[in-house]
Amino acid sequence: MATTRNFSVLPGFGLSLGYTLVYLSIIVLIPLSAVFIKTTELSFAEFWQVISAPRMVASYKLSFGASLAAGAINAVFGLMLAWVLVRYSFPGKRLVDALIDLPFALPTAVAGISLTAIYARNGWLGQYIEGVFGIKVAFGPLGVLVALVFIGLPFVVRTVQPILEDMETELEEAAASLGAQRWQSFRYVVLPILLPALLTGFALAFARAVGEYGSVIFIAGNIPFVSEITPLMIITKLEQYDYAGATAIALVMLVVSFILLLIINGLQVWAGRRTGRNR
Amino acid sequence: MKAVRRLILSRIIRAAALSLTFSAALAVADTTLLNVSYDVSRELYKDINAAFEADWKATQRGRITINQSHGGSSKQAQAIASGLQADVVTMNQSPDIDYLADNGLVATDWRQRFPHEATPYTTTTIFLVRKGNPKNIQDWHDLARDGLEVIVPNPKTSGNGRYSYLAAWGYALQTSGSEDAALAFVKDLFANVPVLDGGGRGATTTFTQRGMGDVLVTFENEAILLARELGDDKFDVVYPSLSIDASAPVAIVEKVTSKRGTEQQAKHYLDFLYSLEGQEIIARHYLRPRNAEILEKYSHHFPAIKTFKVEDTLGSWRDVGKKHFADGGIFDQVVENQ
Repeated sequence: MATTRNFSVLPGFGLSLGYTLVYLSIIVLIPLSAVFIKTTELSFAEFWQVISAPRMVASYKLSFGASLAAGAINAVFGLMLAWVLVRYSFPGKRLVDALIDLPFALPTAVAGISLTAIYARNGWLGQYIEGVFGIKVAFGPLGVLVALVFIGLPFVVRTVQPILEDMETELEEAAASLGAQRWQSFRYVVLPILLPALLTGFALAFARAVGEYGSVIFIAGNIPFVSEITPLMIITKLEQYDYAGATAIALVMLVVSFILLLIINGLQVWAGRRTGRNR
Repeated sequence: MKAVRRLILSRIIRAAALSLTFSAALAVADTTLLNVSYDVSRELYKDINAAFEADWKATQRGRITINQSHGGSSKQAQAIASGLQADVVTMNQSPDIDYLADNGLVATDWRQRFPHEATPYTTTTIFLVRKGNPKNIQDWHDLARDGLEVIVPNPKTSGNGRYSYLAAWGYALQTSGSEDAALAFVKDLFANVPVLDGGGRGATTTFTQRGMGDVLVTFENEAILLARELGDDKFDVVYPSLSIDASAPVAIVEKVTSKRGTEQQAKHYLDFLYSLEGQEIIARHYLRPRNAEILEKYSHHFPAIKTFKVEDTLGSWRDVGKKHFADGGIFDQVVENQ
């Protein structure tokens, strides 16, 4: 009964792989390769001049810095939110659960305008934060962070939540019966299991924040060297009909984002292996 | 639950039917024109189009429907260059039409096709201050004072901001006589700008709704509209001693009209802007009409102000664009060392 072909248990590998590749090509690879092709209109010296201009560098720092910070803040507070939503029951829990997704559904411009209205000098919160503490939120780098935290909120909650739901409380009970302190059972039992999902959520929130334009643009103030995000620099170039320059910056964003996401993915694999899980 | 579902379903069906009849109506209409325009001309062209459609019907030429598209003017020009089927363009700065001419969509001599270099109306850049003018802002040099907040849209992304910047530059050039002094002046001015909004309306919101800034630098029509619509008790309009002539250019997109066979209609439509009726509508929107009689009739809106033209004092728009707004240009130097 020897056959030359090895049949997989699951049928349809060839078809589904072909479909995946075609789909990815049409949706992702072809548009992105257009970025590379358009950039080749520039010589390397021109390309370097565009992407290394001090104003650009300042925008990279703000865009990637604020996005990483927003991802980190969301990782901490998103974990907390997910924990509360899974582990406790309280009146209005479903409502809170539904609220989490709002930043997904809300048009980003609406988010930006409402955040600006609230945090501006004469806004509900802004008048106290700026008036009492002297901290300027709207129209500054802090405003950028606030907007990015807002739009990235659902990612961590929604990635961590299902894992937490699947996790039996018996695990923690076992840890406790073996003499673990509450902190120890969180640190050594719960967190390692959640870590891969937490990293996924962080990566998603970060990626979303890097590309975000609509909401940030209203609250940032857009002052050169202070609060200009990289996507704004791309729009600025386009407004001046400088397509090649715009794609050059887009290329930088693409490459940096890809490297950062690769690193996060690597961390995830490492965290998964440590806890004996594949994914 | 069932009832609700049925209600929703019937709504959907009704909406679908409505949209079907709507598109059918469009198909029956004899002609349509697409006017691609800048961001803040919505209200103006809503009135113009209604009047033009009525006029077209009254003169028994059949029926015509004007469709509108609005957006940031450079973005709109890009959309046309990449295939948006616009019959006419009505912009607020000529570089956007020059761009279309460069791409072979508009005749290169478009400025000669209609009166006043194809600009049916003009406006200028002025100041809007808080009621009673508490910071005593009278002229451009006041804007560079220490401790003042000035709201201007971003000159790199907005025609409104571009005119404001060039007005300040032109004023400084005339009063000081040297480019170095002008550069120093606009540097001081932009050091006072806490927010650079992408467009004119954004800057308006920042100034009127967010309480930012002591003065908003914007077009006259926008300033008068704000002072009137938001109540006379909130803002005052201030006219500087010298400002810029911001004429709004129009053109036929010949590549599209020749394909669609709408050359005549497009020409009639743009001519209508120069007609008595068109000019009157323009004046009612606080834009300065070209017709002397109508300008006189509405002179209470339009105090005399000395203006200069970009082409006369600063050189062609093309050169100005390169010199001031290109990467590494003067505007970049203005914001660089702050």
